[in-house]
Amino acid sequence: MSSYNNSARFNEARRVAIFGGTHGNEMSGVTLVNLWVKNSAEIQRKRVETKPFITNPKAVEKCTRYVDTDLNRAFSPENLSAPEGDDLPYEVQRAQEINRIFGPKGSPEAYDVIFDLHNTTSNMGCTLILESSKDHFNLQMMNYIKKAIAPASCLVLLNEHPLLKYSTSRSIAKHPVGLEVGPQPQGVLRSNIFEAMRVILKHALDFIELFNEGMEFPPCTVEVFWVSERIDYPRDANGNIIAMVHPNLQDCDWEPLNPGDPMFQTFDGKTIHYQGPGTVYPTFINEAAYYEKQQAFVITRRETLVASAIRKA
Amino acid sequence: MEVDKVVHLPRLSRVAVCGGTHGNELSGVYLVKELLKAKNVMKEDNDDEERPASVLMVLSNPWAMQQCRRYVNTDLNRCFTHAALSGPVSKKDPYEMIRSKELNALLGPKGSPEAVDLVCDLHNTTSNMGLCLIAYSDCDWICLHIFRYLQRQMPDIPMRYIHLDVSSKESYSLDSVGKHGFAMEIGPQPHGVVRSNIYTTMKHGVQHVLDWVRFYNSGTVFEGGFVDVYTTVKNMDYPRDSETGNITAAIHPQLQVQSEMYLHFFIY
Repeated sequence: MSSYNNSARFNEARRVAIFGGTHGNEMSGVTLVNLWVKNSAEIQRKRVETKPFITNPKAVEKCTRYVDTDLNRAFSPENLSAPEGDDLPYEVQRAQEINRIFGPKGSPEAYDVIFDLHNTTSNMGCTLILESSKDHFNLQMMNYIKKAIAPASCLVLLNEHPLLKYSTSRSIAKHPVGLEVGPQPQGVLRSNIFEAMRVILKHALDFIELFNEGMEFPPCTVEVFWVSERIDYPRDANGNIIAMVHPNLQDCDWEPLNPGDPMFQTFDGKTIHYQGPGTVYPTFINEAAYYEKQQAFVITRRETLVASAIRKA
Repeated sequence: MEVDKVVHLPRLSRVAVCGGTHGNELSGVYLVKELLKAKNVMKEDNDDEERPASVLMVLSNPWAMQQCRRYVNTDLNRCFTHAALSGPVSKKDPYEMIRSKELNALLGPKGSPEAVDLVCDLHNTTSNMGLCLIAYSDCDWICLHIFRYLQRQMPDIPMRYIHLDVSSKESYSLDSVGKHGFAMEIGPQPHGVVRSNIYTTMKHGVQHVLDWVRFYNSGTVFEGGFVDVYTTVKNMDYPRDSETGNITAAIHPQLQVQSEMYLHFFIY
């Protein structure tokens, strides 16, 4: 008997995947998944099949973000339904292959949960990334993880923006969860970042095990940072960057940015100020991989979501 | 050693400042691009000087810079050995081997009287090294005096002089093309990122180097003294699996953290 009115029911999460190397130079995920491919004892839980998987092996081998195109943007419906062929970019072929193994995306056969492991050069700490504000299973997982690691913190980034949202590798699953930990340079493994990622995953898998055993999770609130806008670097007429993230903003992910605050510093030392209408919360500040994606940082607004009670069906 | 005896050394007429030797070390890339926009001839205030010294600004590896990669085929900063520079050029050669010969023609030839007087090659590192001047010699007084001058002008920046224990016959990097030379290495900065504090430190560092050259050329006497130098002893690799060669351990958090104590001093 449920203790709560309107307890949302979800099927047991029996099939879980942990993706590493979606970007081949983000070393914590690559290292963890390789470790677990060799010995998966640490990630096994009762009633769950957990599969560690290197999504972009060619990029991992070259220690580069991608070979032809960003794998974490490649899971669009167009790409997944395109006729197979060797002339397709490597990552599109790979996306189709991954969709076969862990999907098909949107179908009942798709994996229940996919954790996709990433690192960032930004000072984001541990960040969990969601793609839907209405996935109560995921919201409850976020709440569980945050409480489990307290007083250490783990923030939740929600990217549901119709234009800024993108087709991630994890989007194949019914419940996609991104795990982004920084700061860590590309191609470098920092032991503290690696360990932090490992601990978050441990708690995430514990949550799934408890859920599958029948535990009911009461309603809760989850603070999220909701992506609202992308801010590019100031550029000249030829598209060349003409300013850097201001020293006052550098490393200040998640801290309030108020109108009038310094935002960029030109190469000859002038300050460019944030001119938006109100206080926002920037993140992904100065991520190396986003220079080419025209993004110096992303603006979020802080919201509290309510997650209904959940239990297994 | 008589430190009060003044040694006269030749004028430094031609100085090269190089960025983008590694295409993803962005402080040097952006700084040299900025400096190229400005005039690159130093003006002398002193009427006694016949002509100003000239400063060449060079973007060493443009193809790697365009792709924001360390290198395209092979590490450019290992292509300046005498052997690499003297072989015949072939279109099939790795891009950087062709480029090193071009740079040698522009700034060298290495070992000849025509070589530039000083090369300052700009680099970034992910390591928490602060600002380091890296040179092949521990007794090149031009380089040592520049280092002392930098230390005095930038007292809040942790600064080290690293002596590469490699003979000049075996020198391999771009800075070995000039009669004098050093790499200016500043970190921590991730590859593919420009951090404003690191950029600003490099900008000031380069400015002070060029100021020193101007003072030196105008006859300023720089007092002798002592400089602490770090000499490389050994490269430590990561522990690796004997079969696959894969790395099996990460830098210990204590070692990673120790060097981070300097971060307190490094907020510019």
